Amino acid sequence: MTGGPHPMTPAPYRVRSRRPDRADTVTLTLEPVRGDCPPFWPGQFTMLYAPGVGEIAVSISGRARSGGYTQTIRAVGAVSAALCGKRPGDVVGLRGPYGQGWSLRAAAGLDVVVVAGGLGLAPLRPVVRALLRDRPGYGRISVIAGSRAPGLLLYSRDLACWARQGADVRVTVDHPDHAWRGPVGLVTHLIDRIVFEPRRTYAFVCGPEVMMRTAAAELVRRGVAPGRVELSLERNMKCAVARCGHCQFGPLFVCEDGPVLRYDRVAPMLAVPEL
Amino acid sequence: MGLSSLLSARRPPYCEREGRTGEGDAVDAVVIETLEPLVAELRAGGYAVVGPVVRERVIRFEEIASADRLARGWTDVQEPGRYRLTEGAGEMIFSFAASPDSAKAYTQPPRQTLFRMRGEQIEEAEEDAPRVALLGLRACDLAAIAVQDRVFLGGRHPDPAYLRRRRALLLIAVNCAVPGGTCFCVSMHTGPRATTGFDLALTELAAPHRFVVETGSERGERIAAALPHRPASAEDLAASAEVSRNAAEHMGRHVETEGIQERLSAHDSPRWAQVGARCLTCTNCTMVCPTCFCSTVEDATSFTDGTAERIERWDSCFTLDFSEVNGTPVRGSNAGRYRQWLTHKFSTWIDQFGMSGCVGCGRCITWCPVGIDVTEELANLP
Amino acid sequence: MPRLAVWKFASCDGCQLTFLDCEDELLSVAARVEIAYFLEASSVLGPGPYDLSLVEGSITTPEDLERIRHVRRVSKRLVTIGACATAGGIQALRDFADVKEFAAVVYARPDYIATLDRSTPIAAHVPVDFELRGCPPDKHQLLEVISAFLAGRRPVVPAHSVCVECKARGNACVMVAHGTPCLGPVTQAGCGALCPTFNRGCYGCFGPMESPNHASLNHWMRGLGMSTPELVRIYRTYHATAEPFRRAAEDAQEFEEGEE
Repeated sequence: MTGGPHPMTPAPYRVRSRRPDRADTVTLTLEPVRGDCPPFWPGQFTMLYAPGVGEIAVSISGRARSGGYTQTIRAVGAVSAALCGKRPGDVVGLRGPYGQGWSLRAAAGLDVVVVAGGLGLAPLRPVVRALLRDRPGYGRISVIAGSRAPGLLLYSRDLACWARQGADVRVTVDHPDHAWRGPVGLVTHLIDRIVFEPRRTYAFVCGPEVMMRTAAAELVRRGVAPGRVELSLERNMKCAVARCGHCQFGPLFVCEDGPVLRYDRVAPMLAVPEL
Repeated sequence: MGLSSLLSARRPPYCEREGRTGEGDAVDAVVIETLEPLVAELRAGGYAVVGPVVRERVIRFEEIASADRLARGWTDVQEPGRYRLTEGAGEMIFSFAASPDSAKAYTQPPRQTLFRMRGEQIEEAEEDAPRVALLGLRACDLAAIAVQDRVFLGGRHPDPAYLRRRRALLLIAVNCAVPGGTCFCVSMHTGPRATTGFDLALTELAAPHRFVVETGSERGERIAAALPHRPASAEDLAASAEVSRNAAEHMGRHVETEGIQERLSAHDSPRWAQVGARCLTCTNCTMVCPTCFCSTVEDATSFTDGTAERIERWDSCFTLDFSEVNGTPVRGSNAGRYRQWLTHKFSTWIDQFGMSGCVGCGRCITWCPVGIDVTEELANLP
Repeated sequence: MPRLAVWKFASCDGCQLTFLDCEDELLSVAARVEIAYFLEASSVLGPGPYDLSLVEGSITTPEDLERIRHVRRVSKRLVTIGACATAGGIQALRDFADVKEFAAVVYARPDYIATLDRSTPIAAHVPVDFELRGCPPDKHQLLEVISAFLAGRRPVVPAHSVCVECKARGNACVMVAHGTPCLGPVTQAGCGALCPTFNRGCYGCFGPMESPNHASLNHWMRGLGMSTPELVRIYRTYHATAEPFRRAAEDAQEFEEGEE
């Protein structure tokens, strides 16, 4: 039974490559120093440890051809800044993957709407790739991505590629520059512009909590069943194994019961301040 | 099904329960006259014996070299925000209720090193788990250990360090004779009598002064057999049962557990703001609680050789950092933090672990510096 | 090698002594940083700029005002250490009195004295990167801050109450067990719960914690027998003008007036 490693002990992973995405965001490819990367399910996350600095939860945005995880990190605090500063060859700690991912199987045969705000596109990237890999298995596939400014948009090459592969990809920004010709404003407004059959639609939503709440409410208003809308919640995750207590959200440990949760389950709780 | 049977049903399989499987196997209760041979036997067996002593006018659990050190003759007066010791219990040793100390410091140390990292090497700290006999735990303390077992061992990611510490503990319970003014174990179905989860359970009897000893494990049976003893008579057993019956009738507090989850779903009750105005968010309730398990980690690098190290330490849902996401706490108000604690303890804990997080020891009531009483707060919810 | 400077303003030098008190660790610090400016410890004064400046003391004279701007200009990171630099210190008690009158009573030639009406923290005048509390600061926290700045991480200096440390240290609450008034519940941790460990109430040397509830604590301490002047006095020591403690003392006074 408990002869194994301590649940809080990371494994050493080496940075294989580093790609700057924007001024404050990089995507790292991480490979275990010893052994193989455990399998992951789209929507899961890992705990990334910058030695001596600290540890944060980062969602997995894909698997590199070499087999490692690709993880996109935005430098907002000391730990994320330290991770963003890592170079190929550097060693970091990694625990996981953890958590409940997106219910791809539940979306089989249905229209799929993917709504992402900002860095929320990172955990949704493996979802879109999985959907497009099995294109005939789903109905219409729409991807709505929002960003504060055109220069801050993530994975623009992926977005273009997904459009070529048959997804209806829409991008909106809050603050356009002179060159921007696309839509301006909230991702919620774009939900009205895409084509889907609400009663036969499944939705995956990730972004700031306020954006997720409005997007989910809008999808439900359009007729999508609340049980067919999934959100990826963000709470203070310190341990990721339901032992530190920090990420509690009502009866849920977001780290273990989430981060992906069904809207019908969390909507009443999201309405309670300070829960 | 009562909570105590639920606890035993959910008991993880590592506990030493062999030898108590059939009724024919049970060793009958015995009577010992003093605790000196017990302490000596435990020490000879390599255990540090930790029991209740008086220090700075408080019953504290400390290592003792002899039974003479135990807090003989003392009794306590406990009420919300107030704890006082008085003399007058004569020859009786255990005439007080819960001490601020529970088994938590031994099952989950306040601060422990998890691992060290140097270059590519990550090494677990594997801190020592010395053998400790905890003498004088109450039924509520045993229930709290069962709750912690569930949290640290019963989930998807069992904690090997916890298991090492837990296996090194020998648990000697004392059946409560004099409940404190803030006790409510009867409401939580955890006491006052220790029925499971112990190696030995003592009931202290007067006139003549003696202890009825029950065994709860093979380890306990071996120890009991090594002590000078006689079989317990029918009168001894009746007197022992009477101690618990009497204690059950003298609970200082009561909680209505029927419908408690429903009552705690009143997130918008004005009571939360009222208790929030009194709450200091000082964390004392969570620190003295024998089941509160929340923790945080501290990362640092050694000044001398650059080794990175992670430490895990007790944390509390009453701090602002606890719920911080992107620099802002989810629970910024005192009311929000108090609601989280009380709701978790009495309601969502049941959803998460299949048992209540409260064992009715009353420590959070006594040791709240401004005397906030959970039983009163629960009673005042709609 | 990063260059460290230690600066002194109106203070007792106790915070700098805390730094010197890190005897065992000081050699390790010296191996990692160049201590370029530190009057208390050395006569060598290396010129700026400095990577990290530790600033002790409060701003009390017109000359201080000029000098702190200079310090800020030559420092990449500026960390204040101690109650004076972070909250104005004991000398901020002048805020509740008439400084000119004090000077007239104390000095033969008060006109030689150039002093400001108030004692103010460094952050009132220049941007500060981190404020380390305590009168004096805890040496482990001081080393932690230096270490964290060198490593580019957030210092582990929690803003929660003293009670967290007090209970983790194994103390029983002195207020509950002995009826001893204690500022621990409204005071920021960092000292290791020094006073309660020796059965004394906390004096609040580390200033207000993250969410202090003085109203509830004052109510309880009155029940333990504290008078209004006593309540005002315990808040007006090292952090008299830190906003939550200033209000705590004022509320205690108003409570008294309300009673009359």
